[in-house]
Amino acid sequence: MDPRLSLAVGVSRLSAAAIRRLGRGGGTALPGLLATLIDPGALSKLSRQLPGGCVVVAGTNGKTTTARMLATILEQAGHRVVHNRSGSNLVRGITAAFAEQSSLLGRVRGEIAVIEADEAAFPAVVRQTSPRIVLLLNLFRDQLDRYGELDTVARSWGEALRALPAESRVVVNVDDPTLAALTGELAGRRLAFGLAEQRVALDRLPHAADASVCRRCGTAFTYRAAFLSHLGDYRCPGCGFERPPLDVAAGSIALEGLERLSFEVTVAGREPWPVEVPLSGLYNVYNALAAAAAALALGIVPEVIQAGLAGMRAAFGRLERVSYRGRSLVIVLIKNPTGLNEVVRMLASARVEAPLLILINDLDADGRDVSWLWDADLEPLAGARFPVFTGGIRGADMALRLKYASVPEERLRVLGDLPGALDAFVSELAPGQTGYILPTYTALLALRRALAERGVAPAFWRQ
Amino acid sequence: MELIICWLYGRTMNIYGDRGNVLALAQRCRWRGIEARVIELGVGEPLEPGRCDIFFWGGGQDREQVAAARDLQGPKGETLRREIEEGAPLLAICGGYQLLGHYYRPHRGETLPGLGVFDAWTEAGSRRMIGNVVVESEEFGELVGFENHSGRTFLGPQGRPLGRVRIGWGNNGEDKTEGCRYRNAIGCYLHGPVLPKNPQLADFLIEAALRRRYGEVVLPPLDDTLERLAHSSAVRRAQASR
Ligand SMILES: [Zn+2]
Repeated sequence: MDPRLSLAVGVSRLSAAAIRRLGRGGGTALPGLLATLIDPGALSKLSRQLPGGCVVVAGTNGKTTTARMLATILEQAGHRVVHNRSGSNLVRGITAAFAEQSSLLGRVRGEIAVIEADEAAFPAVVRQTSPRIVLLLNLFRDQLDRYGELDTVARSWGEALRALPAESRVVVNVDDPTLAALTGELAGRRLAFGLAEQRVALDRLPHAADASVCRRCGTAFTYRAAFLSHLGDYRCPGCGFERPPLDVAAGSIALEGLERLSFEVTVAGREPWPVEVPLSGLYNVYNALAAAAAALALGIVPEVIQAGLAGMRAAFGRLERVSYRGRSLVIVLIKNPTGLNEVVRMLASARVEAPLLILINDLDADGRDVSWLWDADLEPLAGARFPVFTGGIRGADMALRLKYASVPEERLRVLGDLPGALDAFVSELAPGQTGYILPTYTALLALRRALAERGVAPAFWRQ
Repeated sequence: MELIICWLYGRTMNIYGDRGNVLALAQRCRWRGIEARVIELGVGEPLEPGRCDIFFWGGGQDREQVAAARDLQGPKGETLRREIEEGAPLLAICGGYQLLGHYYRPHRGETLPGLGVFDAWTEAGSRRMIGNVVVESEEFGELVGFENHSGRTFLGPQGRPLGRVRIGWGNNGEDKTEGCRYRNAIGCYLHGPVLPKNPQLADFLIEAALRRRYGEVVLPPLDDTLERLAHSSAVRRAQASR
């Protein structure tokens, strides 16, 4: 027994329980902080106990959903999974999640861990957990005021990857040119995944595309297919750098409205097998493909992957449905221009004709700079007939963005901050009608609080 | 009437919503019945003298800034300088602004020569200056934006600031100046983007372009209720966070 570790686990668990009893939310930051103060090696010691090792999932978009998908698949395979569920993805949140799933003697109850890591915390998480698998999803401009430039994040990831143990594998979305370049030297240990599909490609590179310039020589890429922002099948006319061959590919992609998606997985030229997921949007194809690729790298068979993905439920704020006062509310978290683009694309392609409420906050966790609203393509909303409401601390900025996207001003209304904005929006909906709510991160927390106070929705940390 | 908006390095230097400035210029022309065409001019693409009416140049990451600085050494940079000298309206934010001064000196690597349109120079600093900014400008009134830069810009004796910083860091975090003005050119650190929330700046650029191409014009006012609402909420956030 390690008394220091045992004390760290005990304090973390007790303080988490106390915070929950006080009704102060999920409570992972403070307990994790206390645990790391008592034993700075806590995460390292706990994670090394796992016979199946750790999988660290990182990327700007989709890490919560992908980590949940992979955890679901592993549970389907009969494993007991340690997982930081509520999106607490800094070292202390992850430490608290481990403590929560350990005995008071500091023994972890689980066989394998699926850890979602924040972009900035990724190097530290990798250093402390020596992961068996690193799963890299994408790198977008997101909250750059916190992290500095994309290049800085990429460089710190590159250093972390070079320091990985020799037996670690890197499962990576090579449709992202930045990630393909970062993992180029890892050839033997890299499992490359991406889309092999022309039908879902965009007509042109969207404005929010971030990394459309070659990291090696500075030339702009040409795309044989652009799928989502800068993700696609690219080639540099300057130095010839191009998307590497795919080890695991998704093809025959079908997006069926807001309800489900399906695609076929092809592994190294063998017979493809189908996957169905009860989630929507091309970004969820990437998430499901990422989870499937990581599961394959862990030796899970296709049948189990299929069953796991079919049983997915939406994560916190990712297309959740709640009913309130006889109306149906669909909640979709938006964090950055690419995410917002995808939601707009999804609403447009499903021909959704329902009132929309977009809630924009600019607190630290949202990113204090709301400039990103102007990197998103809101123009598809210009022709729609439904009203668009905005709210949150920077609701006026969102309304202004929509005005310049040619949404007529008579369809725009600024509702102010939560919880008032929620009540005003719901009273605009007819009984039985569906309304879509698109909040940024802290607006989502405020929305959940407002709903909970009105007796709706369970508290998110219990999900 | 028609105006051509030239977006310099739109593909490589477009960070923190800078593209919103181009949208604002184009829409505020269209709402007044003025045709607006946007052309993007990238690295290696020549600038034809007299073709464009308004120039916009945004910010970018280090690598892209180096490519742009190199691209402007020669006839293209010379043409741009002459256009500005002859009164062409221009807005440059952050990285673009820095390259319109005499030089930009990074931490590592070579000093990047600028066009010297503004009597200003920029040196890489050690801390990143991030946050909401409120600027008092004699010419344009209260301006609001969001800054995010580590470069520190200093104005020479001929460098006239765009305004004085009321809240925020500004050019260098020391002398309370923000941005630089020369003829119809404006350089500054205001992301946000700056034009939608400060429409008087957009209209200044449009009016200067129309005057240059069509002689005396009066720009009809627009309903700026939402612009004012977004402006004042941004000012409130600046007051609350600083
Ligand atoms: Zn290249």
